Amino acid sequence: MTTIQKKPRIGQVNPIAHLTTEDLEAMAVELDAIRQSVVDTRGEADARYIRRVIKTQRSLELGSRVVLLASIFPPAWIVGTAGLSVAKILENMEIGHNILHGQWDWMRDPKIHSTTWEWDSATPAAQWKYAHNELHHNFTNVIGKDNDLGYGIMRVDEDQPWLPMHLGQPLWNFVNALFFEYGIAAYDVELRGAMLHKTTKDPKFQREFKAVLAKIRRQVTKDYVVHPAASALTGSFLTTIAANFTANTVRNLWSHSVIMCGHFPEGVQTFEKRSIDGETKPEWYVRQMLGSANISGSKLMHIMTGNLSHQIEHHLFPDLPSNRYGEIAPKVKDLFERYGLDYCERPLSQQVYSAWHKVVRLSLPNGWLDQTTTRNLPGQLKRLYQMTTGGPKVRRALQARMTQENRRMAKAA
Amino acid sequence: MSTSVDTPRGWRASALKIAEAATHPLVPADFLDLFAPLRTGAELRGRIESIHPETADAATLVIRPGADWAGHVPGQYVRIGIDVDGVRNWRAYSLTHGPRADGRISITVKAVPDGKVSNHIVRDSRPGTLVHLEQAAGEFVLPTPVPGQRTKLLFVTAGSGITPVIGMLRNLFPVTDAGVVRLARSAAYDITVVHVAPSHPDSIFSRDLEALDAAGCIRLVARYDDEHGILDLADLETLVPDLAERTTFGCGPGGLLDALAAHHDARGLPLYVEQFRVTTIVAGEGGTVAFDRTGALVSCDGARPILEQAEEAGVLMPSGCRMGICYQCVLPMREGVVRDLRTGELTTAVPGETPSGGVLIQTCINAAAGPCHLDH
Repeated sequence: MTTIQKKPRIGQVNPIAHLTTEDLEAMAVELDAIRQSVVDTRGEADARYIRRVIKTQRSLELGSRVVLLASIFPPAWIVGTAGLSVAKILENMEIGHNILHGQWDWMRDPKIHSTTWEWDSATPAAQWKYAHNELHHNFTNVIGKDNDLGYGIMRVDEDQPWLPMHLGQPLWNFVNALFFEYGIAAYDVELRGAMLHKTTKDPKFQREFKAVLAKIRRQVTKDYVVHPAASALTGSFLTTIAANFTANTVRNLWSHSVIMCGHFPEGVQTFEKRSIDGETKPEWYVRQMLGSANISGSKLMHIMTGNLSHQIEHHLFPDLPSNRYGEIAPKVKDLFERYGLDYCERPLSQQVYSAWHKVVRLSLPNGWLDQTTTRNLPGQLKRLYQMTTGGPKVRRALQARMTQENRRMAKAA
Repeated sequence: MSTSVDTPRGWRASALKIAEAATHPLVPADFLDLFAPLRTGAELRGRIESIHPETADAATLVIRPGADWAGHVPGQYVRIGIDVDGVRNWRAYSLTHGPRADGRISITVKAVPDGKVSNHIVRDSRPGTLVHLEQAAGEFVLPTPVPGQRTKLLFVTAGSGITPVIGMLRNLFPVTDAGVVRLARSAAYDITVVHVAPSHPDSIFSRDLEALDAAGCIRLVARYDDEHGILDLADLETLVPDLAERTTFGCGPGGLLDALAAHHDARGLPLYVEQFRVTTIVAGEGGTVAFDRTGALVSCDGARPILEQAEEAGVLMPSGCRMGICYQCVLPMREGVVRDLRTGELTTAVPGETPSGGVLIQTCINAAAGPCHLDH
């Protein structure tokens, strides 16, 4: 078994220890059949679906922007901003993300195609396709390979050593959520890496960086110059700027939340780099299954999340049309159950809470949160202070003691 | 004051620039298409207005083309992009009316066995549907008559090969409720039509041809396989005694046209032909993949992806995940056939039937199933 090599921590078991290579292969055959059942029936109804979503999105965006021309009037501001927020969410989630995955390439419509689509986001489609489709979807939840896990700015696993700077990660995560599209753009262009490795002068980096700046310039011109300028006729210049900023922020917070729910909640597995050496297709499948989490909810919820509420199905079959994930989800869930695997699915609020709880937990040394009670809080804070200000030696010693205490607690329980 | 504001061109250009800035990353046309898909300046489209059955398996579509339709000459064809089961397919069909007063165009389609598009058009297309169009094209048009001289023509057509000819004839001899209208321009033509079809009821436009024949506008020689037996071109001189004086226009299946060419070559007679399907692609195992930009040729087997084999042969290829999920390796295939190694599904690109840019294929999961031309 190469998939999950990690030694289980206290109270944890390897979730696929009970499965043989033959089981995984049989599972893969079933998954291939599920994929094929959709491919075989892909057709006019699906094409009508995506065209209808695109038409709805464009009408909503146009209508909202027209209403915002009079955004000086509070009702117009509220209606226009709400409409624009929804339009931007639809554009990024159900339309942009999925078209850029090639989910609609089979229609052979050059306008709804992964090679021609550009989206309403700071990151150019081409760069995002590389970072997302190629790196993230290939290396899902492999620590050190899949930077979507924490976007390189967060500690996402107990096995990563805790450092004092991680204390700030709830804050970074929140700031990242507010300006998510810019965070993604910086991440796709590998800005942090380029700065760390001093490769910012590299021609490839320069070219890509310029493309990001050009894209950002056009985005900013639209939302913060042209649209407000057109609104100036009714004295709505500033209110339209505020409306666009609000809509962008709402979209950022929403997409950040949805994406956090996909791979971050408790119960989702992460994998060691070594674990994917020589990985087979069945093993790849099982990594996608255990590395993703779903959001349960209404049809509207699925559309607004771009069907990333079916993250597990999406990660198994990233290029199937998004409107079909809901239909195969019961089959996939049934397969999880039959093979004794945990299908991580909860309502949005619970998944968001779970993901944030993990961010906070991992911002602290391993086990610190578990053993902290109101009674021992002063002692625990003192310990945390020592670990923050002391050197690596102090940290290691205190961490070792905490791990031991935790082990004892687990045994007692 | 800047000159760009003074000149209409400059003013319009600036307005367009502002409109583009307002709609980025879309273009203004994407929003205008919501309201007026057939407007001036739009991508060329048409709306199907009505569908008229011609025979049990043929129908005529009347289409209102977009404002930028540049018109056509009878005998020309139009490439039409129509969605079948959600997938856009392009086909070329003859325009079966001369330019009409109402600006509409028409095509007549015969459902061929296993023809995905023709069967869809004949049986499942609905009025109101938007289709994509290219401007009319084709050299298969009437010669301009020499003043004071009669232009003697022979049309040899088989099956739906009659469609470009009917477009020409309708333009020369318009039929109204009162009968055929005699136009001055048609007086210059002396036309014989040899039309071949399996049987009379299956023959598209047979009634139109017979009416023109009865009115004395053309001489019709109809040859139905079930009545007259298969046409032997050696009989052509008997059927058309003044064959040598006529310029022949042939349209029909490849076999007929080849025989016609041989027949006319042997006698030194002038011949113009029209054939839509020039390439028949049959899927096999593997084939030579030609990279048209670099000129590289790679002989690929049918068991492994094109990407892998091209790279081994030293061709620089775009690539990504190598498992069909990231879509970084897609290249346009202009001609050929490939097989999806995961599903066995075939993707075919036939020049003239697929979009002019080719069909986009993922080279990492597709193997050659015959000779292919990639735009790379």
